[in-house]
Amino acid sequence: MALTNDIIQQKLQEKFGDAVTNFSQPYGMLTFEAPKEMNLKVMQFLYDDDQLAFRFLTDLCAVHFPDNKGNELAVVYHLHNLVENVRIRFRVFTSIDQPDVFTATQLFSSANWQERETYDFYGVNFVGHPNLKRILNVDEMDYFPMRKEFPLEDQVRIDKDDEMFGR
Amino acid sequence: MYTETQILKETSTSLLNGEGELVINVGPQHPATHGVLHLVITLNGETIKKIEPHLGYIHRSIEKMCESLTYRQFIYVTSRMDYLSAHINNHACAMAVEKAMQIEVPQRAQYIRVILDELTRIASHELWWGALAMDVGAFTPFFYAFRERETITDIMEETCGARLTMNYMVPGGVMADIHPNFQQRVKDFIKLFKKNVDEYDDLVTGNVIFQNRLKNVGYLSPEDAISYGCSGPVARGSGVKSDIRKIAPYDIYNQVQFDEVLETAGDSFARYLVRVKEMRQSISIIEQLIDNIPEGEFQAKTKAVLKPPKGEFYTRVETARGELGVYIVSEGGTTPYRIKFRSPGFSNLSALDHISRGSKIGDLMATMGTLDLVIPDIDR
Repeated sequence: MALTNDIIQQKLQEKFGDAVTNFSQPYGMLTFEAPKEMNLKVMQFLYDDDQLAFRFLTDLCAVHFPDNKGNELAVVYHLHNLVENVRIRFRVFTSIDQPDVFTATQLFSSANWQERETYDFYGVNFVGHPNLKRILNVDEMDYFPMRKEFPLEDQVRIDKDDEMFGR
Repeated sequence: MYTETQILKETSTSLLNGEGELVINVGPQHPATHGVLHLVITLNGETIKKIEPHLGYIHRSIEKMCESLTYRQFIYVTSRMDYLSAHINNHACAMAVEKAMQIEVPQRAQYIRVILDELTRIASHELWWGALAMDVGAFTPFFYAFRERETITDIMEETCGARLTMNYMVPGGVMADIHPNFQQRVKDFIKLFKKNVDEYDDLVTGNVIFQNRLKNVGYLSPEDAISYGCSGPVARGSGVKSDIRKIAPYDIYNQVQFDEVLETAGDSFARYLVRVKEMRQSISIIEQLIDNIPEGEFQAKTKAVLKPPKGEFYTRVETARGELGVYIVSEGGTTPYRIKFRSPGFSNLSALDHISRGSKIGDLMATMGTLDLVIPDIDR
């Protein structure tokens, strides 16, 4: 039987009850949320279950929502079932004051570098990561540049007059 | 990355340990890394104990830049990520915006896009083929590869004005119609290339010395390929089906006949074979399409200012190196709220340490060559 989004949703709800929330299917991809303490449990279940078998971590990244008080940082996992060719998106939210999320390196080796990248840009502290240090930026950097409090220069500013570059 | 003092300190402490281990630095400016990549390698004699890649020497924070560019503008920056697959990067981004805006792309544009994608793939594999042969010590193949690649870049130049960082695919289709000579020149190229790709096999693939350098070297098991998130020819060399053109067809890939090239050996030579065979598959795809480009519009009518609805969009395409994913979070504005590029090279490189442990340092360059690293793609 083909694995559909409804089956995945049903299985998750059977296992975790009300803990997994906000199911939606934007553009056909099942998306849901879980409390950050449960991210490993959910992923372990998705990995181990014979029918679900989400064993390919395509992408791991963070998104910063400064207005979402208490849940400023979202860590987004894109998981892939290679046999059934189904993808899902799974999110956990964490506060920016204590951005501790459990690491997925025990399940996916690819999480190692992707979590380092997420730490590098958003400062998500992956608890249990074997080598959590910056990967693309310099080690001496003491801030997390992709957070929204560091805006880029406004493209349409007019106060800057430069003879050479015209603005 | 590391300051010089830190590297020196690490180097000297491991020497002082008296374990007979030696730490050497390859790069950042090393001809075989094809870019600025720094590998700190721990050796025991000639055997590699550990490799620690240090990346980020050409990190430009394209993701942050894209957050302040509109949905039409950010596509141009992505040509500078994986500069050998510029068309395919543009294709991924254009598709993400089209998906969000629900724009229907005209058939003609889809045909042009797929033909250009495949030409890009051939050009990229050509460069990889020449560079790999040079990595293992043969200089002549490099010129053979560039001879054919030149023809493709000429076609690209005629079509969209640029030879390397092309910007041709826009949300809704392609930027301009193809040049009147396009079809004839592509057909000439196919004729030429079919003859020459056999020459490649005579020159390099069948060469015993070359085979000895690659066979049984750099083994990557299918389990590890999945675990490390490898995609593209690296995963297919280990027998993992991961061709996005097959598993999630986009544009008109579901209407063309082609085989997903799979090799099961998992060593460097398997990855080599996958790419050489992929060039032949690309030729077959182009042949099926080049005479059948339908008449019609080359670009759908779109609004001047694109404002995708609030939500999340994820598209993926198969670049020459593997799966490129574009993840856009939109808040309904004219610029993306967050954009993440899942670059294939990043995950493929993360497996290098695992692949190379226990092998000889002399084999490292051949292994790295078959991973087909493009550093701007990794550093973004």
